[in-house]
Amino acid sequence: MNHIADLPVDLDALRKDFPILAQRVHGDWPLVYLDNAATTQRPRQVIQTLVEVYEKHYANVHRGIHWLSEQSTDLYEEARESVRRLIHAQHLEEIIFTTGATAAINLVARTWGDSCVGAGDEILLTEMEHHSNIVPWFQLAERTGCKVRFLPITDDGRLDLDRLSDYLTSKTRLFAFTAISNVLGTANPVRQLVQAAHDVGALALVDGAQSVPHMATDVQFWDADFVAFSGHKMMGPSGVGVFYGRRDLIAELPPFLGGGSMIHRVTVDGYEPADLPARFEAGTPPIVPALGLKAAIDYLERVGFATIAEHEQRLVSLAHALLEEIDGVRLLGPPPEEKAGIVSFVIDGIHAHDVAQILDRRGIAIRAGHHCAMPLHQRYGVMASNRASFYIYNTAEEVEKLALAIREVKRVFRR
Amino acid sequence: MAFSNEEEIYQEHILDHYDSPYHRGHCPHPTHVDEGDNPLCGDVVRIELRVDGEGKVEEAWFTGDGCCISQAAASMLVESIEGKPAEEVQRFSAEDMLKLFGVRLTPNRQKCCLLSWRVLQTALAAPAQGGDGDPATHEDSNG
Repeated sequence: MNHIADLPVDLDALRKDFPILAQRVHGDWPLVYLDNAATTQRPRQVIQTLVEVYEKHYANVHRGIHWLSEQSTDLYEEARESVRRLIHAQHLEEIIFTTGATAAINLVARTWGDSCVGAGDEILLTEMEHHSNIVPWFQLAERTGCKVRFLPITDDGRLDLDRLSDYLTSKTRLFAFTAISNVLGTANPVRQLVQAAHDVGALALVDGAQSVPHMATDVQFWDADFVAFSGHKMMGPSGVGVFYGRRDLIAELPPFLGGGSMIHRVTVDGYEPADLPARFEAGTPPIVPALGLKAAIDYLERVGFATIAEHEQRLVSLAHALLEEIDGVRLLGPPPEEKAGIVSFVIDGIHAHDVAQILDRRGIAIRAGHHCAMPLHQRYGVMASNRASFYIYNTAEEVEKLALAIREVKRVFRR
Repeated sequence: MAFSNEEEIYQEHILDHYDSPYHRGHCPHPTHVDEGDNPLCGDVVRIELRVDGEGKVEEAWFTGDGCCISQAAASMLVESIEGKPAEEVQRFSAEDMLKLFGVRLTPNRQKCCLLSWRVLQTALAAPAQGGDGDPATHEDSNG
């Protein structure tokens, strides 16, 4: 059942790498973890790496002239190189470790934003953004007087590209958009959107939090200026994320956080900031999480991003087919072939939290609520939705369990 | 297999309150009105009361939108306070509210249950002026 034909991966074997998934909950229900857009689980290989680093290699980086610190520094810089290869960045120093995608976007707003944006300028977002790609721009607007605009989405959950030219204008300084909607699952045409931004002289920031974990990434193909993503959504530890910035754009930007590491020298008269990447890595960085992220990248690359994307595509198609058969269930967003790993739905007359509660009692973990995307929910006139989100370790059987449990929800609610 | 806990929450009488609520609508000539929400889940409840000259809750109504627990709890609450002195209703504690609901809830879902209780308390503290009240304070969202 767990083995899906044609996939060059044995899911039964792969799932054994994830001890957390083998648990039974609420009595004897096998855990069905379908909340991967919120955070993913990590394999033994990643967990083992964390233990090993603490047991053998740990010291602060870029500081000590001693054996451990040199080891730790080398490993940390290897992790940076691993991320560079993963997203096909041209230069190593374009990879900045942050605490997550949120910190990466805030970094852009605080450095590039504060120094390059003024009153009358516009930041263009889309109606399908996560709060982490909305609030930093509202905060920038409070500081600079710039205006934040939202590219509308269509009823079926696509960006309304016909209206792009109304929103992307000579006033736009930055077009910041998600590669994949964390609610609708919509995969946006990243390269085309970046090109459109460049055509009007704007920069482009890609929120890759939902895309980098699930498919091959090439920031040079995208031609993106800034990219943000998180480690914990791709089998890495929480507490580490990545900010990618094109070298020529970020090399001279003022640092955001001040402290150790980010300086070239400090005197009683002032400081001189360090070059990239240290310039944006003030203080002790997330050393061990970064090494865990490298282990996660190694794992994902061994499985293969093409395999991951294809597997998730099948699960999304199966979920659509099974859920569309259930009366009163409304799927949000575009058809399955335009989605990546995420299926959100509402059930007539049953609030998402009640659905999630009943599913939880059957061992099924989904997200219910606004998924940190309140403007999107306002757009669709729903207060809350249910979201099932998949990763490589999910099985067709688990999708079938989801559909059966949704029928149970309707029974409990006498619908 | 253990369905017990959930079957406990979604009991017949709770679903009955959800499907056929008591006094869902607007109170004629309200003296006390307030509204509040739980932004985290989007539950909204508005409570409208008419307290008579003797300080007795003559009528209590609610409107709202949200999960089964928040809406059923509001229905139970307005039903239970009608005819009672406002002073007594003000002494009605969060614990009493959870007891009235009758089903054991996890802390997360207790918030749903307590929304209408919270709105009722602020409504009683702020008599309606021109039939409209201030929105209740909002809880933090974590999204």
